[in-house]
Amino acid sequence: MLPDAEQLLDTLAEQIRAQISDDSALVGIHSGGAWLAERLQQKLGGDIPLGTLDISFYRDDFSRIGLHPQIKPSNIPFDVENQHIILVDDVLYTGRTVRAALNELFDYGRPSRVTLAVLVDRGERELPIEPQAIGAKVTLSKGQNLELIRDNAGKFSLRLHEPK
Amino acid sequence: MNNPQLNKEGKLTHLLSIEGLSASILREILDTAESFVGVAEREVKKVPLLRGKTVCNLFFENSTRTRTTFEIAAKRLSADVITLNVGTSSQSKGETILDTVDNLIAMHADMFVVRHSQSGAAHFIARHVQENIHVINAGDGRHAHPTQGLLDVFTIRHYKPEMHNLRVAVVGDLLHSRVARSEIHALTTLGVPEVRVIAPKTLLPEHVEKLGVRVFHDMAEGLKDVDVVMMLRLQNERMNGALLPSAQEYFKCYGLTQEKLALARPDAIVMHPGPMNRGVEIDSAVADGNQSVILPQVTYGIAIRMAVMSILAGN
Repeated sequence: MLPDAEQLLDTLAEQIRAQISDDSALVGIHSGGAWLAERLQQKLGGDIPLGTLDISFYRDDFSRIGLHPQIKPSNIPFDVENQHIILVDDVLYTGRTVRAALNELFDYGRPSRVTLAVLVDRGERELPIEPQAIGAKVTLSKGQNLELIRDNAGKFSLRLHEPK
Repeated sequence: MNNPQLNKEGKLTHLLSIEGLSASILREILDTAESFVGVAEREVKKVPLLRGKTVCNLFFENSTRTRTTFEIAAKRLSADVITLNVGTSSQSKGETILDTVDNLIAMHADMFVVRHSQSGAAHFIARHVQENIHVINAGDGRHAHPTQGLLDVFTIRHYKPEMHNLRVAVVGDLLHSRVARSEIHALTTLGVPEVRVIAPKTLLPEHVEKLGVRVFHDMAEGLKDVDVVMMLRLQNERMNGALLPSAQEYFKCYGLTQEKLALARPDAIVMHPGPMNRGVEIDSAVADGNQSVILPQVTYGIAIRMAVMSILAGN
């Protein structure tokens, strides 16, 4: 039984609220993390700066699988220098996406602090990366894939893909 | 038919000409380039995509702007770049093109950017290399110059995203231009409903109307209500024989001035591939005016070349 994504979003927002200060900014990782960051911004009162990252140019499997065919421009419309950046992603798994996001983020400037907020942590890390805010922890078997879905009304849900 | 630009999986492995690229490959290149525009606006203008790769710029013919933008593009992708002005090196000692290429492959070159005065030079190299090596045509004689064509299309789409609603006029020396034909082809492929060509009969290729364009010989008629004015360079150095009475005469009839530009839509953009002949095909007031996007074209040329290189390297 998968958790309700909208409830997890509320949980996540409350955890982030306890961690933010005047210099905090949200940066969502394309595409699920970017959707979440947008909603988190509304829930947190709307005046926290918001950016998005598409980490395609920083992936560590480029030489094996090539460039993602649908890249969206990264957009960080504020100065990263000395900010507290809250990286937002939908599902945390191996940690490789977050590694790529950190590398890209530092090409924009030097943040004072970076924390990680994820809707779902499914464990099985391959890198030393841990989140500071988590909607829920779930256990999945290898090959299973968890995807965040946004319907036409903007409502979130989680979908489980079984191994092919 | 076997398309030399595609690998066995149907993915782009060389960029030799715009002809033969599907609408989806064209869009993939343009969309990817859109993301690279943002990279150039950051503190660190580099991404690690081509780290550890070696890009060889093989220039058998001089072209400072094209060479520089390819070099910057490769460097912003973190590749190692070697630029060879081959005209001044081994070729003058009698080495063949393929020997030059083989020597560079022995030095572990991964990608070649080729500029040559002979049509087909890049195709020739592409047919010769192993499948993990990629070739980009940076201009071959009068045949093709696909990254220039792509950056022009990118610039149009960037300023005028509603491509299904556009009137584009291509003005000038279509006969000697290696980009005009492929650009017209790309614009039509991407859904631009009306492309016009404006030129004297002597500077139009035969059967130009077969490209699906409307042909005008009069600037005032042709520029009426267009959204994009794409000026072509008067190719003095490629012209032999008297196709034109004089540069002054040409400017009078086909040079773009503020008065003529006023006939286009008020928000029309003006493009030119450079280098410009001021006072021949374009008036300085227009070239430096607020409808001109000639310098942004150069900036976007880097993003397009980064997109092409990273797509090829990934396939």
